[in-house]
Amino acid sequence: MEIKQLEEVASQVRRDIVRMVHGCQSGHPGGSLGCTDLLVTLYFDKMKLAEKDGNVVFNMDGKGEDLFFLSNGHISPVFYSVLARRGYFPVPELASFRKLDSRLQGHPTTHEHLEGIRVASGSLGQGLSVALGAAKAKQLNNDDSYVYVLMGDGEQQEGQIWEAAMFGPNRNLDKVIAFIDLNGQQIDGPTQKVMDNRDLGAKYEAFGWEVMEIAEGNNIAAVSKGIDEAKTKAGKGKPVMVLLRTEMGAGVDFMMGSHKWHGVAPNDEQLAASLAQLPETLGDY
Amino acid sequence: MKKYTFTEKKDTRSGFGAGMQVLGQQNPEVVALCADLVGSLKLDAFIKENPDRFIQTGISEANMIGVAAGLTIGGKIPFATTFANFATGRVYDQIRQSVAYSGKNVKICASHAGLTLGEDGATHQILEDLGMMKMLPGMTVINPCDYNQTKAATIAIADHEGPVYLRFGRPVVPVFTPADQQFEIGKAWVVNEGADVSIFATGHLVWEAIQAGEQLAAEGIDAEIINIHTIKPLDEEAILKSVSKTGCAVTAEEHNRLGGLGDSVAQVLIKNLLAPQEYVAVDDSFGESGTPAQLMEKYGLTANDIVIAAKKAIARKNG
Repeated sequence: MEIKQLEEVASQVRRDIVRMVHGCQSGHPGGSLGCTDLLVTLYFDKMKLAEKDGNVVFNMDGKGEDLFFLSNGHISPVFYSVLARRGYFPVPELASFRKLDSRLQGHPTTHEHLEGIRVASGSLGQGLSVALGAAKAKQLNNDDSYVYVLMGDGEQQEGQIWEAAMFGPNRNLDKVIAFIDLNGQQIDGPTQKVMDNRDLGAKYEAFGWEVMEIAEGNNIAAVSKGIDEAKTKAGKGKPVMVLLRTEMGAGVDFMMGSHKWHGVAPNDEQLAASLAQLPETLGDY
Repeated sequence: MKKYTFTEKKDTRSGFGAGMQVLGQQNPEVVALCADLVGSLKLDAFIKENPDRFIQTGISEANMIGVAAGLTIGGKIPFATTFANFATGRVYDQIRQSVAYSGKNVKICASHAGLTLGEDGATHQILEDLGMMKMLPGMTVINPCDYNQTKAATIAIADHEGPVYLRFGRPVVPVFTPADQQFEIGKAWVVNEGADVSIFATGHLVWEAIQAGEQLAAEGIDAEIINIHTIKPLDEEAILKSVSKTGCAVTAEEHNRLGGLGDSVAQVLIKNLLAPQEYVAVDDSFGESGTPAQLMEKYGLTANDIVIAAKKAIARKNG
């Protein structure tokens, strides 16, 4: 897909995100907006997905296709929007986000059999382990597809992350491409103040990962180029860790540059102000 | 009283290892994970025969549970193994979110459960694991009683789609169930039919219950002994059938009396059939160092304790 088309999808996804969070007056818009460009580029351009008659189909076992795991499950709005827009489930279902009897739970789950979700996430720190396990299954099945996983930077404070960080390189799971959403913010404030992660790149390198950076995580051309680079680095003995520098709230000017929009819903006026900045490209749900 | 004898004593964890060896030969999707306790879990034969299907995770149990959950996505049947304390309490949230809530086909196989771990003491003697695991929706919880039953259970759970907690132990105990048995998840085993009191026992306490049954028989008391190897799903029908005949119950388990088999049986009785029930279990305390036999005696988990509980239950029934 052309960069311009991906940007159009991203604009619609951002509209979906603010409308979903506004619709239930809860959820996490900041990180969702920040990671929109990554998820759109992966699902609409980079990932090899199972298809039938030109439409994506969901098989839990994911054999022969690339997999994506969202470890920082609180940014579920971007995940749900991208999955729906990519064709995994009906777009109008986005309106049920966080409401009673919905398949779109506050945090992603397999429990309601929502197509596209392969594991529950939300309690932080678990997704990297799950992704490595899925990659191990692919290794055993002689399936050379990629396994992608996205984590938060605040999430790096969880101990399990570092157990998984040790495991991946030691078991040669080199088809794993992991991303850390380096937006520098977490609920209680800037990560540097709450609990400084210091040099994450050096840490992962020391654990045996191939580390690279995408400096402009909200520039789709840069993200696209970065993912291509990560794929060339994968499959050579080491898993790949991509430090993805993003802006929390990217695309909505008044949500950017602060942790304040981590988990706050916009009111009616703020919704209108957000949507005015985001062209409707694919039709609102 | 039906006569039960044994010719040898073996540890239930070796039954697990033997079951894994069979699975290694029979089911190519079975993989084993272990967090640096391969010898204790008796995985040597499986690893020797299937080196590619063994995953050493090092001392990182949280990661092991997550990796196991991920393996199921490619169709694997992971058996994640370590000591019961590290397989449950240490990783409860990982099991809850990545395995149980996600409905993953992970088999959590835990050795060294309960007091009979012995000298290592309370840090390792988990007495809360059955409770924690049975509270997770969709989790099957199994606590077999001897080598043969553990081996059969290990083989059986590979064919069960869904998360399972399989609990076994360290010490050698009498082998008294048949070597060729079929293990049916959720189906209680009537060890001895009787009329005066129902003794529901699980794990190492089943042999103690049999010995208690013999002591009671010598005193003219006819005990029904039922092995509840599957704590969840519980065989409610077998429990109600037995207690409707005997009118009183004793539960026996190597676990805290809070949250274990006893509480599961009590729930069934209180809803369906009010009857006196006595608990043989650890009385809401931690364990300590000692030999398994010393600990079972000090914490009230012997055949003699079951005899006392049975008489108390009968007295309450008649009183």
